[in-house]
Amino acid sequence: MTETGFEHDVLKTAENWAGEGRSLALATVIETWGSAPRPTGSHLVIDADGNFEGSVSGGCVEGAVVSEAIDVIEAGEPKILEFGVADETAWRVGLSCGGRIRVYVEKVN
Amino acid sequence: MDRALLEALNVERAARRAALVVTELGSGKQRLVRESEIEADPLAEALMKIIRSGKSGVVEGETGEVFVNAHLPPARIVAIGAVHISQALAPMAKIAGFDIEIIDPRTAFASPERFPDVTLHAEWPDVVLKERPFDPYTAVCVITHDPKIDDGPLIEALKTGCFYIGALGSRKTHARRVERLQAAGIPQSAIDRIEAPIGADIGAANPGEIAVAILASVIEAFRKRKMFAERRGETEAA
Repeated sequence: MTETGFEHDVLKTAENWAGEGRSLALATVIETWGSAPRPTGSHLVIDADGNFEGSVSGGCVEGAVVSEAIDVIEAGEPKILEFGVADETAWRVGLSCGGRIRVYVEKVN
Repeated sequence: MDRALLEALNVERAARRAALVVTELGSGKQRLVRESEIEADPLAEALMKIIRSGKSGVVEGETGEVFVNAHLPPARIVAIGAVHISQALAPMAKIAGFDIEIIDPRTAFASPERFPDVTLHAEWPDVVLKERPFDPYTAVCVITHDPKIDDGPLIEALKTGCFYIGALGSRKTHARRVERLQAAGIPQSAIDRIEAPIGADIGAANPGEIAVAILASVIEAFRKRKMFAERRGETEAA
């Protein structure tokens, strides 16, 4: 499978990392409202050390998703995160574009 | 996500087959639905709608919210003809996010020096297509000007239902091409799908401009999701 445009193949990266025996979580944009930067279905793969590949927001909330993902890797239970300007954490991890996104974070077993 | 599911999904993606990952958000239960398995799935109707629109999303299932992620093959452009236009088209197509491959049996044309960093097949199209067949997510541009090279893949593209099919040549050249295709038994409704002269009508006058025109047409077909027959206004695929 070749890369499409400038986008790295996140799911192939996830498979490779899993093959190296790394513990991983996969984050997926499951819903967007307004002008969200990345479309539904976009992925971010994260390992237990916080290394990541891909994007769910073009940089706005990746930091928060990575730290939640590390929790998910430890706990093993999936989590749904929501980000947006209406969120009370907006000053820390809001989307500057004014959109809202919902992100599903799950462990890769 | 199960590693086995991830690996199976990547197999489908590598083979350029559409697949869906269905996740029950309440329980975290997940399944892979291959293109060929959609009809038998309990959510068949919703899955079909998602695959046709290309838009992943949350739907209401029996047990609550279900997220359906549609993994459609990335659109690819196959140019028949390692000509001057293709030299301009290849880097532009990459920048726009398309995979591009070039096929031309004339080794003097299909040389790596003329096409650095491009997937290039210096073979007859029928030989290449046996290994790497067209699919609905492929745009086919025939631009050699030589019927011996162009006609075979053109017919193959029409039979496959490629989402874009364009053929280089003046109206006169195309009229002769239409006669040959009719003689080969291709129905007129299929022949009408060929964009000829190739590319958006922007008055393109040199190879670089023609490449822009071709890319514009391919993008239009892709974004308007003409990989499905009914979207092209056809009742059945060519």
